[in-house]
Amino acid sequence: MAKMRMNQAIAAALADEMRADPSVMIMGEDIAVAQGPFKTSEGLLEEFGPLRVRDTPISEMGFTGAAVGASAMGLRPVVEIMFVEFLGVALDALVTEAAKFRYLSNGVFTCPMVVRASVGSGLGFGSQHSQTLENWVTATPGLKVVTPSDPQTAYGLMRAAIRDADPVIVLEPRALYSVRGEVVTGDDGIVEIGRARTVRQGSAATVVTMGQTTGLTLKAAESAGLDLDVIDLLTLVPWDVETVLASVRRTGRLVVVEEAPFSGGWGSEIVSTITTAAFDALSAAPFRITAPDVPVPYTKDLEARYLPGVDEISEQLTAYLKTGSVPQPWWVREGIVR
Amino acid sequence: MTIDTRTSLERRAALTADPVEQYARMVEIRDFEERVNGLFASGSIHGTTHLCLGQEALAVGLATVLRPTDVVTATYRGHGMALALGMNPRPVLAELMGRAEGCTGGVGGSMHLCDADVGLLPTFAIIGAGLPVAAGAALAFQNRGEDRVAVGVFGDGASNIGGFHEALNLAAVWKLPVVFLLDNNVYGEYSRINTTTPFEDLHIRATSYGMPGVQVDGMDIAAVTATLAEAVDRARSGEGPTLVEAKTYRFAGHSRADTAPYRPEGEFDAWKLRDPLLVTRQALEAAGTSSQQLDDVEARVKAEIGELVPLVEALPSPGVDAMFANVYAPVPVTA
Repeated sequence: MAKMRMNQAIAAALADEMRADPSVMIMGEDIAVAQGPFKTSEGLLEEFGPLRVRDTPISEMGFTGAAVGASAMGLRPVVEIMFVEFLGVALDALVTEAAKFRYLSNGVFTCPMVVRASVGSGLGFGSQHSQTLENWVTATPGLKVVTPSDPQTAYGLMRAAIRDADPVIVLEPRALYSVRGEVVTGDDGIVEIGRARTVRQGSAATVVTMGQTTGLTLKAAESAGLDLDVIDLLTLVPWDVETVLASVRRTGRLVVVEEAPFSGGWGSEIVSTITTAAFDALSAAPFRITAPDVPVPYTKDLEARYLPGVDEISEQLTAYLKTGSVPQPWWVREGIVR
Repeated sequence: MTIDTRTSLERRAALTADPVEQYARMVEIRDFEERVNGLFASGSIHGTTHLCLGQEALAVGLATVLRPTDVVTATYRGHGMALALGMNPRPVLAELMGRAEGCTGGVGGSMHLCDADVGLLPTFAIIGAGLPVAAGAALAFQNRGEDRVAVGVFGDGASNIGGFHEALNLAAVWKLPVVFLLDNNVYGEYSRINTTTPFEDLHIRATSYGMPGVQVDGMDIAAVTATLAEAVDRARSGEGPTLVEAKTYRFAGHSRADTAPYRPEGEFDAWKLRDPLLVTRQALEAAGTSSQQLDDVEARVKAEIGELVPLVEALPSPGVDAMFANVYAPVPVTA
C-alpha cells in the first residue's frame, strides 16, 4: 500500500507488468526520454531500456498499426495516445484491424495490445483536446474499454488490461492524473475487467458513474446526504450488467452520470438494457445527467458548466428522489435549449 | 492611448515589403509571446499555450507575400501567424484570456485562432490536420478558376504523419495551387528531430511527390520572403505545389511551462546569434536605417501591447449562451 498520484499509479502498473512479462513493451510520443507528457512512464526507460520503452515519431497511425503487428507476433505492446483525439488518425488500426484479427484468423492471430489515451475536460485545453470519445470505440465487438476513476483503479485496470488476451482501450481522465490516493500494488491490486464497484451504498436510487463523474457524484451524494447506491462502472465494454441490475432491482430507480454530450452517450446503453431487463422493478423513469450537445468550450466558467458539476448533480438527484419525475437539464431549465 | 485600433485588413495592408514594417511586426509578435508567457505563469491565461519565439520571420515573411484573399491553415503554435497575417492583438489576446471579445468568443482558446478577413482558417490543434485541408481549399480555387493560393503551415514533427504524405500526393497529382510551408524548428514536442526522423533536411521529401522542394534560412526574413514569393507565384500561375522548408529554431519549450531541458547544451545559445529580430535589425542598420528609428519602433510596439494587457483583462467573459452558439447553422425563425 502506498500513496501515489494517478499518473504514478499507471507508471507503477506498467513497471510491474514489464517486470513480470518480458513481452510487454510501451511506445508513444515523448514517453521514454521525457517520461510521458503526463508523467505516466516515469523511470521506465531507465529500468527497461530503449527496445521496450520507445519514443515514437508523431505518427499515431504508424505506431498503433505497429502495435497490431507486434501483438499478433506475440508481444504485448502498450501504446500511449497523448490525447484521445489523436486516435482519430489511428482508428483503422484499432477498430478495423485489431478488433478483427481473432475473428478473421479462426482465433490464430490475436492482438493482446493496450491503447492508453488521456480523456476529458477540466484543464482548459479547448475543444480539440478535451473530449472523452468513448463512443468512438464502444460499438466495435472485439475491443474492450475501461476507464479508471482514481489511482487504485488506474493501477489495477492497467495491469488487467495488459494481461488481457484481447485489445483493451484504457481511457484515463486527464484531470485525475494529479489526484492522490492509497494504492494496493501487486496482484492484490489488480482490478478485474468487466466488474463494476459499488462506491456508496444506499437504497433510494442507483447511480451509475464512470471516470470523472464518480468523484463528482460521490461529493454530490455526500454534501446533500442522499441515500444512493453509486456504482463506478470502470469497464464500459463489457459492462457489468449483473451488478447494476441487482442494484436497480433493489432501488427501483436508475440515473447515469456522464461527462460526454447527451446524444449518443454511453449511458443510453445502460438505461436501455436495464429498462428492458427490469421494467417491472422500476418505480420511476431512468434518466441521464450529461454534458450538453456542444463541443467543449475553452474559457474557464463555460468549461466548468460543460462537465456536470457537484451542484448540478446534487440538484438533479435531489429533485428526482423527491418527486420521482425526471428533472430537466440546466440548459433546458434556463431556456437556452428547448 | 497608443493602442493599435486598425482592422486586420488595415494591418495586413501596412505590412508591405517595407523591411521596417516587417521588423515592427516581428517585434510585436516577440513582445506578445513574452507577455503571454508571463500571463500564463501568473494564471491570467489558463489551459495551454505554444509560443513561436524565434519563428517570427517565417510568419511575417509569409504574410508579406500573400494576398488577403489567399488562405492559410496554421497550427496550435499560431499566435505569431495570426498577428502577422493581420489580426489585431486585441481579439487574439482576448481569446487567450477567454474573453467574449476573443476571435471565437472565448470558446476556442490559444490553439484556435481564426480571421476570415485575412484568410486564416481556424488553427489546427491536431498534428498535420491542416495539410489536407489546405489542399482542399486550393481545390476549391482551382475548380472555380480563381487565382488564389492556399498555404499549409506545419512543423517538422508533422512531416512524419500520414496527413502530410497524403496531402502532398493529392496536391501534386492534381496540380493544386498550394504551398506547403514546413517550419523546421528542430523539435517535435519534447523530441529533437534526429530521434524521430532519419534526416534533418526535410525538403527532400518533396521528391517523392514530384514537386519542387526548397530550403530557406527561416531566421532571415529577406530570404524567407523571396523564397515564398517564388513558391506562391508558382502556385498562383497554375504550376502546382511546392514544399518549402524553413530552418528555424523554437526558442521556447513545447508548451505551457516546458523549459526545454532536453536541448543539448549550447544549441540554443548558438541559434540565438541567428535571432530573426537581430538578423533583421542588423540588415536594416547596414542598409542605412538609424538605430534610433528602430529603437522608436520597438518602444512604440511594446507600449501598445503593454497597454492592451490590462484593457483585455478588464473585458467581460462570455455568457453561457456562447457555449451553444455555432454548433450548427442557426435555425430559421418561423412565425
